Amino acid sequence: MSDQHTHHDVSKHVRGYLIIFAALLVGTVLTVWASYIHFGAKDSNTWNIVVALIIASTKAFLVAGYFMHLISEKKLIYSILAFTGFFVVGLMYLTIWSMEPANIVHFK
Amino acid sequence: MEIPYTVKPRPDTGLYNAKLGIWLFLASEVMLFGALFSAYILLRVGAAEGTWPKGLLNVPLGTINTLVLITSSITVVMAWVSLKMNQFGKFRVYQAITLLCALGFLGIKSYEYKDKFTHYQIVKSDGTYVDGHMVEKTADHVILDGIEAKQLSEINSPEHGKHPEHKHITVPTSEIKKIGNYGPAHNTYMAIYFTLTGLHALHVIGGALVIAFLWGPGAKMWKTEPERFTNRIEVSGLFWHFVDLVWIFLFPVLYLL
Repeated sequence: MSDQHTHHDVSKHVRGYLIIFAALLVGTVLTVWASYIHFGAKDSNTWNIVVALIIASTKAFLVAGYFMHLISEKKLIYSILAFTGFFVVGLMYLTIWSMEPANIVHFK
Repeated sequence: MEIPYTVKPRPDTGLYNAKLGIWLFLASEVMLFGALFSAYILLRVGAAEGTWPKGLLNVPLGTINTLVLITSSITVVMAWVSLKMNQFGKFRVYQAITLLCALGFLGIKSYEYKDKFTHYQIVKSDGTYVDGHMVEKTADHVILDGIEAKQLSEINSPEHGKHPEHKHITVPTSEIKKIGNYGPAHNTYMAIYFTLTGLHALHVIGGALVIAFLWGPGAKMWKTEPERFTNRIEVSGLFWHFVDLVWIFLFPVLYLL
């Protein structure tokens, strides 16, 4: 929430907040609906996971971007989040990397 | 001593101090939940076939809770907007709705937890299973309202996603090899479910307490330092949105996939 907001600026944004709210409600219904449809191969739910994560990420972007005003924040906050993003992506990469059969170490 | 930069932005950061503080805190929170999501992935991928439950949680209740949290997110934003527009009365109304949403969320979550603690699974001496909610427990027998299964996979991932109709099943105590409820110790799914949702619920409680304080006794500051008070509402709102954001991922991951 940018520090230079004036009263006029803020009231202008109200309509935008309500649109984001409606989009989040629709996104929730879409998430549940998509979970009852089978995407991709018969014995795999990989595509269902992909679809669910795409919808969840879009909703997360709307909350972070507009409700938390990340879309118009100060550079320092972006720097902090860039560090966080780097470590989270690294953590998830290592998690997935560790599950590759070739990377599993079997102790005797 | 006056605390510096509670209202005006610090020249070097361009932010008032509390805002920088909350973002640093949220960054650490991302790592905390990130680590737990990583644990979830490892447990799920590592689970033997047919042992990871699907359809165990109540999707309509999870959906309602998601809608409740989203509603609380918009009311938090509107509360901040109201203060920016000098409308303290509206702020009070919006934050009261936020608090009601927080209570609603916790109420539904408690109901779901209770449901799991009264849901039992029996492993019989012959290796078959009885799974359902406890009806009666005596020294001689146990009665569950549920289903019988030869294999665990019939309970965790039933054919066509549907269990057969529930009925009252009486199991003599002499035939019980193992009995336990669906608490955190039941299996790795329940362990990660309770860890993730429990930690999230603690965040809801923490956030709600701060919002309640600023709604009640803390609101005195509006009369003396309105800009500082508005910033406090902004900071508490950022935390609340983060709590909503975590749930946006928890809901599909735990309830739907």
